[in-house]
Amino acid sequence: MQIEITPEPLYPWQRLEAYERQLAQIGKYGATAVFVGTMRDFNEGDDVAAMHLEHYPEMTEKYLRNIADQAMQQWSLLDVMIVHRVGSIQPNETIVLVAAWSAHRADAFDASRHLMELLKSRAPFWKKETLNSGTTRWVEKNTPG
Amino acid sequence: MTIDVKFFASLRERLGRSGAQLDIAEAATVAEVWQHCTEQAMPANVLMAVNLEYVQAEHPVHDGDEVAFFPPVTGG
Repeated sequence: MQIEITPEPLYPWQRLEAYERQLAQIGKYGATAVFVGTMRDFNEGDDVAAMHLEHYPEMTEKYLRNIADQAMQQWSLLDVMIVHRVGSIQPNETIVLVAAWSAHRADAFDASRHLMELLKSRAPFWKKETLNSGTTRWVEKNTPG
Repeated sequence: MTIDVKFFASLRERLGRSGAQLDIAEAATVAEVWQHCTEQAMPANVLMAVNLEYVQAEHPVHDGDEVAFFPPVTGG
C-alpha cells in the first residue's frame, strides 16, 4: 500500500508503471482501476490561473491511511495507492491519483470510487484559486460528482 | 488544562490566526473551546476534529488535546 502527500509534481502514469513493476502480486491481479484528478483552468464560470492546496498534515495522512485500510478489508483487493498533491498547482497538473488492484474488476472499480468519494468529502484538504484577473478565493464546495 | 487549538484555510484567514494555546476549566467541550478562542458564533458548516479524528461540537476535551476547526473540505 502506498499513501503519500507530496508538494512535488505528480506524474500518475510513471508512478503507476514504477509501482506495478515492484508489486509482489504479479500474476494475481486481473484488474487495476485508476482515478486521476487533474486541475482545470475554469471553475464556477471563471478562468483559473493557479491553485494552492492547503491541508492538515497529520490528519490527512491518518485519514487516507484509515480509508485505505478499510477498503482493503471491505473488498477483495491486492493493493491500494493514494497520492495527493499539496502546495502550488498549475492547470493541467495532476492533483490526485487513486488506484486499486484486484483479481476481478468489480472490487477494483467499487473500491477506487469509494476511496475517491471519501477523499473528496472528508479528507482535510482545501483549495484556494487564483483567477486570471488576479483575484484569489477559497473553493467553497466540491462538485457533487 | 491546556488545549492546542488549530484553525485552517478560510477559517484561519477570517479569524486572523492559525491557532492558540488555550487554558480552560475541566469538563469542557469542543464548542466551549471555540467560544473561548473566538468569542463569536460558530458557523454552521464548520468541521471539528480532536486528536485528528472528526467529532461533534459536544465532544469532551481533555488536557493536552489537539482541537481543530476548519471549513468544508475541497480536496481531490
